[in-house]
This record gives sequence, structure tokens and C-alpha cells, in this order.
Amino acid sequence: MSSATAPAPCADTDIDLWLARQTGKSLLRFLTCGSVDDGKSTLIGRLLYDSQMILDDQLASLKKDSRNRHVGEEGIDFSLLVDGLVAEREQGITIDVAYRFFSTDRRKFIVADTPGHEQYTRNMATGASNADVALLLVDARKGLLTQTRRHSFILSLFGVKHVALVVNKIDLMDYSQEVFARIEAEYRAFVTELGFASLAAVPISALRGDNIVAKSERTPWYTGSPLLSYLEDIAVDEDRTQTPFRFPVQWVNRPNLDFRGFSGTVASGTVRVGDEILVSSSRKPAAIARIVTMDGDLPEAAAEQAVTLVLDREIDISRGDVLTHSGQTPEFSNQFQAELVWMADEPAYPGRSYLLKIGSQVVPATITDLKHRTNVNTLKKAAAKRLELNEVGTVTIATDRPIAFDPYNTNRLTGGFILIDRIHNLTLGAGTIAYGLQRARNLSYQSFDVNREVRAGMKGQTPQIVWFTGLSGSGKSTVANLLEKRLTAEGKHAYILDGDNVRHGLNKDLGFTDAARVENIRRVAEVARLMADAGLIVIVSFISPFANERRIAREIAANIRFLEAYVDTPLEVCEARDPKGLYAKARAGQITNFTGVDSPFEVPQDPDITLRGAVASSEEMADIIYERVVRTDQAK
Amino acid sequence: MKEKRQRLEAESIEIFREVAASFARPVMMYSIGKDSSVLLHLARKAFYPSSIPFPLLHIDTTWKFSQMIGFRNRMAEEYGFELRVHTNADGVAQGINPFDHGSAYTDIMKTQALRQALSSGGYDAAIGGARRDEEKSRAKDRIFSHRNAHHAWDPKNQRPELWRLFNTRLAPGESMRVYPLSNWTELDIWTYIYVEDIPIVPLYFARPRPVVERSGTLIMVDDDRFRLDKGETPTEQVVRFRTLGCYPLTGAIRSNAATLAEIIMEIQGSRTSEREGRLIDGDQAGSMEKKKQEGYF
Repeated sequence: MSSATAPAPCADTDIDLWLARQTGKSLLRFLTCGSVDDGKSTLIGRLLYDSQMILDDQLASLKKDSRNRHVGEEGIDFSLLVDGLVAEREQGITIDVAYRFFSTDRRKFIVADTPGHEQYTRNMATGASNADVALLLVDARKGLLTQTRRHSFILSLFGVKHVALVVNKIDLMDYSQEVFARIEAEYRAFVTELGFASLAAVPISALRGDNIVAKSERTPWYTGSPLLSYLEDIAVDEDRTQTPFRFPVQWVNRPNLDFRGFSGTVASGTVRVGDEILVSSSRKPAAIARIVTMDGDLPEAAAEQAVTLVLDREIDISRGDVLTHSGQTPEFSNQFQAELVWMADEPAYPGRSYLLKIGSQVVPATITDLKHRTNVNTLKKAAAKRLELNEVGTVTIATDRPIAFDPYNTNRLTGGFILIDRIHNLTLGAGTIAYGLQRARNLSYQSFDVNREVRAGMKGQTPQIVWFTGLSGSGKSTVANLLEKRLTAEGKHAYILDGDNVRHGLNKDLGFTDAARVENIRRVAEVARLMADAGLIVIVSFISPFANERRIAREIAANIRFLEAYVDTPLEVCEARDPKGLYAKARAGQITNFTGVDSPFEVPQDPDITLRGAVASSEEMADIIYERVVRTDQAK
Repeated sequence: MKEKRQRLEAESIEIFREVAASFARPVMMYSIGKDSSVLLHLARKAFYPSSIPFPLLHIDTTWKFSQMIGFRNRMAEEYGFELRVHTNADGVAQGINPFDHGSAYTDIMKTQALRQALSSGGYDAAIGGARRDEEKSRAKDRIFSHRNAHHAWDPKNQRPELWRLFNTRLAPGESMRVYPLSNWTELDIWTYIYVEDIPIVPLYFARPRPVVERSGTLIMVDDDRFRLDKGETPTEQVVRFRTLGCYPLTGAIRSNAATLAEIIMEIQGSRTSEREGRLIDGDQAGSMEKKKQEGYF
């Protein structure tokens, strides 16, 4: 096995020369994308092979694995070099993005090999978020496909400025110039709206090596560069040191009482000792006293450097704050418009609450409006109520507190965000901010002299929201009714918001899809909040099947007392009661999206109170909840 | 600042800081190899002038090269980090060893030991020195790699990583594996060690060492637990190691590279991969992926 390369003892000058050569090389990050089976993995394998990056033992095992596969003259299935997962080899597709490294005499490369399969579009978006250049592959036999267009659109959305249309398998079309010219022309027409800074087109055969490293004699009509030269030559010079200074504080560095520094990576721009800076959230100024690293203090730090900043005075700064130069501050707002790529099986609904991460800031956020969805084939915009997996939409987003950001087209790192599921913690979507919404800055809450405490005091009660959740027929409304009667008899002022009644009026425009249910609950929660603000005890009787929306209701209530009362009655019992005959209709298929039948009920994990609807009588349940309401009242 | 080495360093430091800011009980895996040495160096840089705000954990199979253990203890003393060592006591009691138990040895003394240590420590994030260029399934792994409550990796259901935004949220019992060296190559590691003058275990440098050759692999006889086959006599040969692990399972290479500069020149001209000498990787296609799904790093 041993490589037995016995090097001659080398002089220090050898290594210094070698290091100097390495240091002079720039780094290019690019991705390959396009549809399934157009040869992306094969192309990367070919690039690695032809640039001598495949080592002898890897090559030996590759040749062994390539038996019975589609191979070229070298007897190698190049796709096996990158499709490293067992499932990928079994299915012959790329499932997840893989990162590969190679270098030539002129440049170093990190290539993201992204999947073509529509199901994994999110992984393609991932590759695009960090890339300078994209190789968009097209199968010469098939021409432009939906995925070609979808990927081009996502490339433009994520700000990839340089695209090479790589027409692969040209060997299977007899190296036809006409085929190549037709595909190129069609693509150029399609991308005029997408605003790429440069667009090249290269005819190749990844399998046979045409126009990869050297120009192929089999395409004498092609006048451009081979692919590798294109990658070595393309100037991407996105100089982030010249843009405004942004420093998201990542970690507060406090080894002892005498040192307090703010650690992070300069996202853009340059900062020098002595510079006046401003904290995004508090707008407080300070000056840079030191730029600390383990290798010694620095006079300045520029984009991409990881440093620790020490300020000349003590001001309150924590993780999530952004330090900037005054006069060049980012937007600071709690509402903005963005393009959102949805990456989860569960759709995106306006009104639902998510966690938003941007830089080192994490805040609760809601999609307040879905303006439209973009059809990736036609780039046409159409109205939509929700975003499904891999769809792209224009949305407005509201965050719980203002955040610092820049439009994505001016700064990728301070303008890109992800949305995270609050319960399962999955990354659901990725967005690029277009601009902050002006009205967010102009809209503030009117403050009046008569407030909730005053109104509640007049009534001698604690305003609160009692939120009943449970299946249809579980007994919510019956208990709510008894509770209101008892409260009224005691001189308390209560009001019931009932699901059916609200749907006759305020929410009569809403149906029973998941999206409509989210909005239904949001509106009712807002009404309950207003009524509690007026001093009332608000009793809400709603099926409210989703944990997310119950959480939103609680959040909307904010500092108002909120009791979640779960009427836990088994489905069989509810169905046997069937007071409105709805279960029978649902079972007969006359009603769809009926909770418990063909739409899920997410059982509350931690309700404030659980009422056993099959065991206790309505009166007993009303007693229990009455005690809690009044006890809360007296506790106040 | 466009130079790759500085970009990699800054990226790794940023990842370290994100771990410290986002998790309640992080831990850093310390395997004493060259990647671990770079990892340790970067951790010190990330938090300077603070000390590393989490412990370092070594999974000791009891079959490491003795020089490695000495080096480990010296480093802990010199840099003052908190060192925790875990050995699978059940495995020791059962006499599990690399000679008799083959891949069961790796599973019991490494994978199971790791799972024991992570669970008993209650760690929610474990930082490791794995690199994407090591192996094909590594190339598919995230920088922040989610593991369920059973330490299992689901390669088909990974969280997308866009820009530098890492989703660090976990449900109770789940954990994260974090790889700050994801985008480094073997040559990047060596170059960085050379430029930054980072201490490494001397086994990486060519010296005369007692070895036997078994089915083409040079195994160093590190102590008297090594079982010699009939007719085998260790011979002194000038060898060095490209990776370090358990000594009976780690192949040496014939080399005269006795300095860092010579190692770099050798590696950059080499036509074989680093893991060639690792016996546990070669069993079958997808074996690393399988181990990872079971909780291996």
C-alpha cells in the first residue's frame, strides 16, 4: 500500500516558495445545479479527475465500484466520487449537497454539488447562498426544463451574479452546433429578467471530457473557453471591505472584571481603532479602544476577520446587537418585505409565528402577508394563501421587536434570514430582505390615560382570557356557558366568543383550510385581547386544533392573564354525542377538513387546566374552571 | 483577507463562538491527532483572552499510542483546559481488544464509549475535528449536524445551512455535532500547523520505529500487548503516521519526512489518500455513513 514517495530532504526555500504560491491563489466558491440526470456529479468527478485531485487508492476503489455502470473511456463512473450516501448510490441521484475541494495552479475551489431532484430544491438554495458562480447544467437532448428555470430563478434570488450555462452530453447530439445555439438562445431569452452580471455558455461532455480542461476538437465551432479556464478566469471581486461596516455581536467576552470585549466576525466593511461606532438597538455611541486577537492587537479589522472589539466606555451590548459606523447604519425595523423560499413539507401560513434568525439575532416573527407566489416556469406572480414546499413567495414579515438588517442586494450576510419552527426546531424557509416597511417606523401605539387597570378597577375584576380548546362535541360551549352564568351571578363581567358565532360575522370570509384556520384564530385572539383590555373576562370557545395557533393566542394576549383550558373528551365520546350531527356528515364525506376525522387535533402538551369531559359533568367542570378564574382574580 | 487560510481560520473561530453562545453544555472532542491540535489552537483563538469555556473530552480506548497520552496530558497542563477522559469500562471488563474483535472493537470502544460519555455528561453540543475531504459521507455532513436523542444522524433529513446562519435549536435529549474544520483539507491542516507553529504528537515525523508488516500494512509495535504472529519479528524502519488512532489499527507509511516542511512537500506530492492507513474505513462502501448513523463521530 505505502505510497513510498521518499522526498529528498528539502530546503526551507522549497516550502517557502510553495507556500508563497499557495498564498497567491484566490478562492472561488461555486455550485453546480440543474435537473436530475443532467450530469452534475459526473461533471464534478471529471473536474477532480482531470485536475489530478483523485488519488491512487480512491481511483482504484472508484474503478471497482464503476463496474456495470455507465462509464466513459476511462472506465470510471465519475458520479460515484461525489454521491457518497448509500441511498444516493442505490437510486443513482444526489440527495444532499456535498462540498468538494480542488485546486489548480491558479485558484482554489470549493464546489457545492447540489441535487437536481425537485424534492431537494432547498439544498440547491443552500448551495446558492454561499456561491459566487453557478454552473447550470442542461442535458443537450432535453433542453431547458422546469428545474433549469426554477434554479435560475433561485440563483437570481440569492444573488449569484455569474452563471455559466453548461450544455452537457453534447456528444449524444453529435456535437451539434445548432442544438447548442438553440439552447443558448432560448436560455438567454429566459434570463433577461433575472439580472445576472455575466452569462457564459459552454458545450461539454462530462463523460468524455470535452471542453472541460482543454478545448475539444470535436466542437471546432465553439470559440469560448473550456470550463476550467472559465472558472479560473472569472472575476467575482465582491469586495466586502468597501461596503458599510457591520459587526454582529456573537459572544460577549468577559474573562474577568477588567476585560469586556465583543467577539464576532466583521460581516462587511472595515473598522479601525479610534472609530466612532453606534449600537443598532440602543443607538448609543462609543469608540473602538482595541481590536483584540490572540496574535496581538490589530490597528484595523476588515470583512471576514474574526476579532474581539473593546470599546472606550461601558454601554449595554449583548449578542444580537450590530455595531456600525454612525451615518451608515442599517435599517432598524420590525417589519420588512422579503422573498421567501419555503423548504418544509408543512406549508407556510400567514399569521403563524416562527423564529427568525438573521446574523446573531433570533426573534419571534410572523408572516403578516403573502403578497404573491412566483411561478418559477414563467416568473409570473399569482395570488396565494400559503406557500408549499419549494415554492417562492413575496411576503411581509413582522418581528416581535425591531431588528437591524440591510436589503439583501446590498449585503448578503445582513439581509438573509432563516425561519425556524418553534416546536420542532426545523429550518423551514430562507428569505432575502427587499426593504424595510416605512409604515412600521411611523406606526406606534396610541397611549391613552384610561388604561386596562383603570377599567378593570371599575369592575372589580382581573381581565383575563379563558381559552377553551377541544374537539367538536367535547363540551366546551356548555362549560363556557355555565362559567359565564356563574361569573355574572357573582357580579363579574364576562363575554363568550364562540367559534360558530364568530364565523357568522367577523370571520365569515374564512373557510376551513389550514391557512383559514390560522387566520381565524389570529383574529379571535386579537378580539379577545381588545375585550380583555376593556376590562372583561373573555371566554373563548374554539376547537383551535393547532398548538402553534394556541401559542400565538397566548402571545397576542401578552401580559394579560391567559388560561388554556383543555376539554379532554375522547373522540369516540364526542362522536357518539355528535350534538350538531357534524361527525356523521364528516364520516359521510359531506364535510372535509373536519378536526378528528380528516384533520388533526394537536393535544395541548402543557395546558393550564385539563377537564376530563368523559368523566366529569359539565357542572363539575364549570366549578373547577370557576375556581381557577376567581382564584387568579383574588391572587391579584 | 481573501487568502484561503485566513478565511478558514475566521470561519472556524466563528463556529466555535456560535457554539459557546448557543448551547448550555458544549464539549470539544479531543483525539490528540493533528486535526485535534488545530482545533485546540482555534478554540484558544476564538475565546482569547478568555479560556476555552467548555471541557475537552478524550475517548480513551486504552489502545492509543503511548506517546499520544503523554502529549495529551502535557497539552492540558500547558494550556490549562479542562480535560475529561472516558473509557468504556464494560468493554475493558469484557476484554474487548482490536486483535480479537475486529469491527466490534470499534463499535464498543469508540462508538458506544462516545455515546456513553455524551449521554452521561449531558452534553448538548459536541465539537469534533472531522473534515469534509476525509470521506464521501463526511462531504455530505453539515457544519452543525443534528442528532436525535439516540445520537443518530439522518442524512436524508438534514437542516439546510444557508449563509452563515446555523439553526442551533434542539428538543430535549437531542444534540448537535459541530465540525469547525469542515471546509479544511489535509493540506490546509498541515500548512496551518507549519505557519502557526502548533505542537503535534512526534509520531507524525519520520523516525526509526519497530514495525511489523501485515497484509501490506505497517503496524508499529507500541507496547508488549501486541501479539506477534508466528515468525514475526519487529524491525526498525523509518516510518511516520499520516493519521493517528489505536496503534494496532493504524498503518504507518515509509517516509523520510522528519520536519513539517518535509511533511508538507510529501503530502502535496502524494498520490494516496490520508485514510488509506485506517483499517476501520475500508470494510465496505458506505461504512462510515453507517457508523455515523449509529452515533460515531
